[in-house]
Amino acid sequence: MIQLDCVTKSFGTTRALDGLSLAVRPGEIFGLLGPNGAGKTTTIRLLNGLFPPDSGSLSVFGMDPQKQGSEIRARAGILTETPALYERLSAEENLLFFGNICGISQQKLVQCVFEVLDLFGLEARAKERLAGFSKGMKQRVALARALLHDPELLFLDEPTSSLDPESALQVNDLIRTISRDGGRTIFLCTHNLLEAQRLCDRVAVLDAGKILASGTPAELAAALFPGVRVEIDMEAPAPVNLAEKLAVCQGLRSIQWEGGTALMDLADHADIPGMVATLVSAGARITRVEPRPVSLEEIYFQLRKNHGGHT
Amino acid sequence: MRSRVLKAIIKKDLLEVSRNRTAWVPVVIIPLVFFVFLPALFLLLPRLSFFQSTTMPTNLDPGQVLSVLPEEVKARFAGLSVDQLIPFAILGYFFAPMFLVMPLMVSSIVAAESFAGEKERKTLEGLLYSPTTDAELFTGKALAALLPAVGFSLLSFVLYTVVINTLGYPIMGRIWFPLPGWWPLIFWITPAVAFLGVLVTVLVSARVATFMEAYQSGGMLVLLVLGLVVGQATGIIYLGVLSGMVIGTILWLVDWLLLRFCLRLFSRKVLIGKV
Repeated sequence: MIQLDCVTKSFGTTRALDGLSLAVRPGEIFGLLGPNGAGKTTTIRLLNGLFPPDSGSLSVFGMDPQKQGSEIRARAGILTETPALYERLSAEENLLFFGNICGISQQKLVQCVFEVLDLFGLEARAKERLAGFSKGMKQRVALARALLHDPELLFLDEPTSSLDPESALQVNDLIRTISRDGGRTIFLCTHNLLEAQRLCDRVAVLDAGKILASGTPAELAAALFPGVRVEIDMEAPAPVNLAEKLAVCQGLRSIQWEGGTALMDLADHADIPGMVATLVSAGARITRVEPRPVSLEEIYFQLRKNHGGHT
Repeated sequence: MRSRVLKAIIKKDLLEVSRNRTAWVPVVIIPLVFFVFLPALFLLLPRLSFFQSTTMPTNLDPGQVLSVLPEEVKARFAGLSVDQLIPFAILGYFFAPMFLVMPLMVSSIVAAESFAGEKERKTLEGLLYSPTTDAELFTGKALAALLPAVGFSLLSFVLYTVVINTLGYPIMGRIWFPLPGWWPLIFWITPAVAFLGVLVTVLVSARVATFMEAYQSGGMLVLLVLGLVVGQATGIIYLGVLSGMVIGTILWLVDWLLLRFCLRLFSRKVLIGKV
């Protein structure tokens, strides 16, 4: 669906993308993660043919964005950080305008507009000017606009960064619905790791224009944090000599304490019973044992740390 | 280029302008003042007895009024009485360049709203990501400014014609307007000036951040109109049929040169760096 090979792009002396290579498969939600200025928006602009790369090659739907940008944009939708809608026009007028320039047939357009307004719960306020809408509502209208022409591919560039938590949750729910029901490919750029964790099938971490790693969150976790991470809650006080006993425990790689909770990295799931037995025999009063999946946030910061970035 | 896309852009831009009072109020006020109120005042005041007794010259020498005019125009004035000469010279002749304020103003306002306004309101990015081509975007937006400018100018011309022929009838005793020099002015120079207003505003919009800055900077073109007014009043320039065609042709050539600059500026590659 999307392919980038060794793409570089500079603006003046600033190198925005530095040999970027990645591939996005049809039907998946792909997350491009990175801090502000990492090159995420530049990537989306390149993929939509808004400017050419300095070197490297890229394609969307097998087409070159520089030569067939218009065709690509006709088959893709986009939601940018700011809604980029006309506030003096109503939600309906905005959608009719974008539907017309997207080439939706006149007979189908009105029906499409009302379908998306209904999908996003905006039907009752369709005739009102956008100036009176909240940020969250405007972003919903923008998402409706992105979907109006039933695109196969959806670019989402920081879709919730300017929203309050409740509106962000609504927009994320809508994105999940769109992906699940429509089978669309979604290319999500975000620095919101929780959002990426909730939505993405695969991610790539981008920093200073370079991909640090890519894969499913599980693959990245396995590569960065091999083994299993277990949280164990114990009643205070911890038994004396516990540290000595744990030091010789099989499979224990590291241990961190957060109050009465021990966060242990073990080599394998099979090491958990032995670890619990060791703790109990040392006199620990265990109240909870729970394997904890590695979060995308931990993966992200570990990757940045490994590559000398700030954490 | 798809006509449906152009129509959608034109309709959207005009809808937006119509909902911005700062933009459309001058478009309504100026023609009413310049092409209805002032000519009416000019034709009616001298007929009121108070003004007749206090302000109207009783022994005006038509030769003085005619002295700055070209021979071709002087010939047209032959046989007119003093009462007829004043409206004929001022409304039919000296007023002509003032008419160009109309296409210039409307095109500058709509173009500033359409080009700089999109940038100011951060809506340009949405358009750049649409499947339109650069040429469709530019043409749609340019037409959105050009069409109302020419339309309002024609409407103002019709209003002006009706007002001065109706109110001037008791003085002139016939339908005397438009004079021949007005035809190239309306149908050749006016569209060229309107297009010039669009193109200059597009160039200015690329460098400024707001609608108002673009409108005010583009408004410098009014100096061109003032130049014509002064030139006409002093007899340096004469807006006749031939001179009108020549001036119009020069303006269209300038437009063509500016258009080439504008098309270079109005590409996604350049515009995306300004959103």
